[in-house]
Amino acid sequence: MSQEALIPLLGVVTDIRIDTPDVKTFRVVGLDGKKVFEHVPGQCAMLSIPGVGEAMFSITSSPTNTEYMEFSIKKCGCLTSWLHQMDVGQQITIRGPYGNGFPVETALRGKDLLFIAGGIGLAPLRSVINYVRDKRENYGNIQIIYGSRSMDDLVDYKEILDEWMRDESITVNLTIDREQEGWDGHVGFVPNYVKELSPDLGKTVLMCGPPIMIKFTLAGLKELGFSDTQVYTTMELRMKCGVGKCGRCNIGNKYVCKDGPVFRFDQLGELPDEY
Amino acid sequence: MQKLSLEKLGGFFAAIAEKAALYLPVDNAAGQAQYQRWSEGAVLSSALNTVRSAKDFFFPQTENLVDFKLKGKTIEITDPRTEQEDFVVFGVRACDARSFSILDKVFLADPVDGYYKARREHGTIVTLACTEPEETCFCQSFGIDPAEPAGDVSCWKTGTDLFLRANTEKGEALLSSLSALLEEADEAPVRAQQEATREILKKLPLAAFTTESFGGDVLKKVFDSEKWAELSQSCLGCGTCTFVCPTCQCYDIRDFDTGHGVRRFRCWDSCMYSDFTRMAHGNPRLTQKERFRQRFMHKLVYFPANNNGEYGCVGCGRCLAKCPIHMNIVKVAKTLEGELK
Repeated sequence: MSQEALIPLLGVVTDIRIDTPDVKTFRVVGLDGKKVFEHVPGQCAMLSIPGVGEAMFSITSSPTNTEYMEFSIKKCGCLTSWLHQMDVGQQITIRGPYGNGFPVETALRGKDLLFIAGGIGLAPLRSVINYVRDKRENYGNIQIIYGSRSMDDLVDYKEILDEWMRDESITVNLTIDREQEGWDGHVGFVPNYVKELSPDLGKTVLMCGPPIMIKFTLAGLKELGFSDTQVYTTMELRMKCGVGKCGRCNIGNKYVCKDGPVFRFDQLGELPDEY
Repeated sequence: MQKLSLEKLGGFFAAIAEKAALYLPVDNAAGQAQYQRWSEGAVLSSALNTVRSAKDFFFPQTENLVDFKLKGKTIEITDPRTEQEDFVVFGVRACDARSFSILDKVFLADPVDGYYKARREHGTIVTLACTEPEETCFCQSFGIDPAEPAGDVSCWKTGTDLFLRANTEKGEALLSSLSALLEEADEAPVRAQQEATREILKKLPLAAFTTESFGGDVLKKVFDSEKWAELSQSCLGCGTCTFVCPTCQCYDIRDFDTGHGVRRFRCWDSCMYSDFTRMAHGNPRLTQKERFRQRFMHKLVYFPANNNGEYGCVGCGRCLAKCPIHMNIVKVAKTLEGELK
């Protein structure tokens, strides 16, 4: 019988990195030590521990990473709590890739890119950021605005410091919500910081973060003169099948798992406000 | 067209059951029709339709998807499927027959659902024309003719005979295997019956019901209607409408510890339930109004938008008969339609 979408493959966790007090990044390969499948930045995968649960996570590593896939996962429910207490060597089930991903080889190619992320919202964007860094000549100016509650809640902080901030071809602007000892960077919420930085209107924006951040940042971008057609985001809704059939992630005539998770704001504007 | 004397109906069923599992509507102890596997002496129900739809044959209420064995840090995956047996469903009405083509658009769309596909391939549908449509029936609103049902084989039952016509290769294969029991027949009695049925259809209370006003670019307008609050006010969120509906196909996937391993199964779910969309960070459909709206928006607006205008309803009338608060798609469509004009 041919491979069923709902029958998963096996993967094994080869590394677990503690990012923040409630976010860990898991490195996953197949049992043969190779990547389980290829993906486009912004696509997702269904991970599961049988008997505990199965859920959709964005693939945070770039497809240009030929060795493994990574998932940055915040502890917030049954499955994620289980994943947070497991050890390296644990096998998990994996199926995918699901969704459309960001149009890195079409609409985004040659563009000046502005990434705006809040908290764990960096996870799906990290895949795109590292992809465009690896194919630097195909993209224009790159700017990253990333904020979190505190210094300790910045996901991938080590990679940001050691790689992104040392990369002279990109600009990184970090911010945290409140003053903190040992932090000499910007303090304040992401929406305000974006307005302060007043990015060039020619940029294409890729944004992900908590709903409240998205709402105010989008309003701020529009005040600055950006249009809905310039701003992409990636959504999450409850999902079971991942292939547009179980009905959970339905918004209007779209299924987030299949038609999304990446939408432009003008596309979202055509859908009912129910997400 | 071929026919069979009704006196030979028992022998006809027995002959089918020799070759494949045969299911047909039979009255249960409560006098309600339900599909049952045929056994000697089973009597075909005379009810207009079964309480539960025929979708169970292709999309059962629960089914195993995959089995796991966990040992230490390792996991073993097994596909639990065995070869699907051939089966014949006799007595499917025109409305349920149409529902299969709607389910096909979901389960056979890429990526194909292999569980569903295997059942579709191994199942032969024998439909039975309606002669006494009821006041809850409105299949004609969706262009379905209950006197001319689709299916692999179509049948018409008169006072003395069962008339049969094969529509597909599968249907021809079934009838040719039964040729010893059948004789060539004149179509006249069938035509007469169809005309009589169509006369009844014209007089049904829902004869003029139409969902046409939902066909255009109305998504936001319908969604934003203030009528949803009032329409959904009494909804209990029991999900009966979704369970009896032949086209409702939302499902859940869950794991069950068998004591020897983990069985992952899927089961029917309902957008009417409060936890259908609930996530760790919240729920986009917080009240029954949003859940209620989702079900009707999907059937009247979202599904047609993705399927060349075909509505996700076949007018079988089960939800009209079964809803404990007497709310249904007809009332919803009629209430909202006023806003669209």
